[in-house]
Amino acid sequence: MDNPEVIIRLQGVSFTYPGNPSKRPVLNDLNLQLSRGERVGLVGPNGSGKTTLFHLIVGLLTPTQGEIEVLGKKRREERDFKEVREKVGLLFQDADDQLFCPTVAEDVAFGPLNLGKTREESMAIVREVLSTLGLQGFEDRLTYKLSGGEKRLVSLATVLAMQPEVLIMDEPSTGLDEDTLERLVHILTNSDLSYIIASHNGDFLTRTTDVVYRLGQGRLSRTAFSTYPNPLTQGHYR
Amino acid sequence: MHIDNFASGNSVLHHLDPRIKIVVAALFSVVVALADKYACLSAALCVSLALLLLARLPLKQVLLRLLAVNTFILFLWVFLPFTYGGKELFTVGPLAATREGVAYALIITVKSNTIVLALIALLGTSPVITLGHALSHLYVPDKLIHLFFFSLRYLQVLHLEYERLRDAMRIRGFKPGTNLHTYRTFAYLVGMLLIKSVDRADRIRKAMLCRGFHGKLYVLSHFELQRKDVFMFVFMVLIVSGMAALQWIIPK
Repeated sequence: MDNPEVIIRLQGVSFTYPGNPSKRPVLNDLNLQLSRGERVGLVGPNGSGKTTLFHLIVGLLTPTQGEIEVLGKKRREERDFKEVREKVGLLFQDADDQLFCPTVAEDVAFGPLNLGKTREESMAIVREVLSTLGLQGFEDRLTYKLSGGEKRLVSLATVLAMQPEVLIMDEPSTGLDEDTLERLVHILTNSDLSYIIASHNGDFLTRTTDVVYRLGQGRLSRTAFSTYPNPLTQGHYR
Repeated sequence: MHIDNFASGNSVLHHLDPRIKIVVAALFSVVVALADKYACLSAALCVSLALLLLARLPLKQVLLRLLAVNTFILFLWVFLPFTYGGKELFTVGPLAATREGVAYALIITVKSNTIVLALIALLGTSPVITLGHALSHLYVPDKLIHLFFFSLRYLQVLHLEYERLRDAMRIRGFKPGTNLHTYRTFAYLVGMLLIKSVDRADRIRKAMLCRGFHGKLYVLSHFELQRKDVFMFVFMVLIVSGMAALQWIIPK
């Protein structure tokens, strides 16, 4: 193929939070394209709309204007997005939002069971995903007793168990210790998934993504990869 | 947080099928709650104590639990004897305590302690999560089970959020007192917790939607009845029936 398959395409997307007194759009005429195999990083100050953008892609929010196309189909209604959510896995910022089942096995199996897999198939997926992430033997652990890093990795497992084609991660590196961060980098760089990562950690993005966009004033602009500044050393990010 | 304090153990009751324990505990509690004859209640108390022995739980912690229950009951002893009509038993100043009032307080005390002891021995010996699964296998409505699981999961998160807010207040020199400032601050604390819970509930719903949630939660674990479970069940039902007979059938 001379033209790599486009998985996600956003065209002229604008979004304003209803009831926002300033009526200022969070996203303003934004365009984004993700092709199969692409690994994209996203930076931008707090409140610049990274989470909003992600929620629009999986249909948790509806754009005020513009078109969202995922896997070659235009997506408008809740019904369209049900299929999107099976193929596009979203990792939430706070792992406590993602892990709601009492035990790890149940939480990881939740997605596969929803997709109509049998109990046995789901348990096989649980074991496979957990071992890919180096979490063997975590099945019966209680989710609320996990450490912060473990919670993040188990959340990732719950998303990967859906066997998505694209992964969208909202600040996955926040609050991780060095070892867990290394594990996450290792997992991501060794997978053949396409993904978008929002993060404030420049070093993490340089190691895991091929191209980094900056979100500001409601639009995306490309940052040159080689000259991409480490936000941790940049005063205006603090 | 004191959840699952007694759940780790190796007694007969720890290994009993949780479904059996729930059914027996329910039957037992209903009979004790309805009973008012001493014969039945003392038999029930003996059964509770026997169960407690069988569960081999740390006595000190059990007593602490009972202390919590009996603190409430203490208030009954303060009020009931003096407000219940009947024959006078003794007087404290202008107040007269009645024989019926004392008897009533005594019955309530025995009943509560009996039920709590049985519940500790029967239900306390299973992890709360297992009990939830058992309930769902006993055809308790899904909605209740979901509420149960969500409460269990997010109690911890809310508690941590509460502690964070309390600490934040404390660091800035907040000392609770009997004044408007304290009341207002606690109102803010509770309000903030409520708002945070609503926000979190919304985020959890979104995260669930992202994983294909369509209104059904699946239960993964299954239980298998063994012969000893059936035996225990029949045995316990017989005992409870005996208690019921002491109350309603055997004449005075």
